[in-house]
Amino acid sequence: MTVGGEWYLTLAAALFTIGAVGVLVRRNVLVMFMCVELMLNAVNLTFVTFARMLDDIGGQSLVFFVLVVAAAEVVVGLGIIVAIFRRRAGATADDLHLLKG
Amino acid sequence: MLLAAATKVDAGVFVAAAVIVLSGAIGVVISSNPVHAALSLVLTLFGVAVLFVAQEAHFLAAVQVIVYAGAIVVLFLFVIMLIGVDRAENVRQEPLKGQRPIAVLLGIVALAEILLLSRGADWATGARSLGGPASGPQPNVEKLAESIFTRYLFAFEITSVLLVIAVVGAVTLVRKPPPEPAGDEDDGDVASTPEAAVGAMAEGDA
Repeated sequence: MTVGGEWYLTLAAALFTIGAVGVLVRRNVLVMFMCVELMLNAVNLTFVTFARMLDDIGGQSLVFFVLVVAAAEVVVGLGIIVAIFRRRAGATADDLHLLKG
Repeated sequence: MLLAAATKVDAGVFVAAAVIVLSGAIGVVISSNPVHAALSLVLTLFGVAVLFVAQEAHFLAAVQVIVYAGAIVVLFLFVIMLIGVDRAENVRQEPLKGQRPIAVLLGIVALAEILLLSRGADWATGARSLGGPASGPQPNVEKLAESIFTRYLFAFEITSVLLVIAVVGAVTLVRKPPPEPAGDEDDGDVASTPEAAVGAMAEGDA
């Protein structure tokens, strides 16, 4: 017998929460980005768990697409971060206040 | 006896992977050095890959290790080294008073809500998607490939377009702007006017 799906779902919920708290707490843009990756992974884990619980390969297919989109997101996001920090020093989100009146 | 042993092994694998995942995630959030955060992220990603294997998603586990732990984290490390922010950040200092306790409280409330809702809710309709069953004699890769290349073929093609757009966008974003014409000695790190900032970005496209 394998471990019940509810354990996996609980773990995924905890992982998602840690990622969300990290996005709120941290000021370093790169670390905030890593926390977004944590949240994406939690959702992937949920999809795979449901694919097993409901015996449906569709959940795993969706994880495949999430992986592709996450890769694209990381590329564009890091490109934006590099473009920003080429113009200004400082790696925290608080330094980006160009639009402040 | 055999079943009990299997259960024990499965439970052990799950507990070990769960500890790895959670400790890595907490490491990402609390480590002051971004490089340490990236390495903790690798830990979490490997733990999730182990949990994928435990749920017989073998292809996704391999892709998780190759794409996430291999490519994405290396990309993170590249950028950390490139823009030189690999120095420790003062994590003790709070920019907004009381923001952290509120954020942690919010996280705990969200977790409690998710768990509470998932206990009571019975949202699954029982209707099957047309992707096909996840169990069966075929290997996992075969089933996943059949699902992606038949049922989800259009979405698969769209992802290829998305990847091309992302590559082109990243190249455009990080390309160095052409040198400014002589006489314009505006050397500051911020453009003096919004028009100048937009102009600099538009020149990047030319």
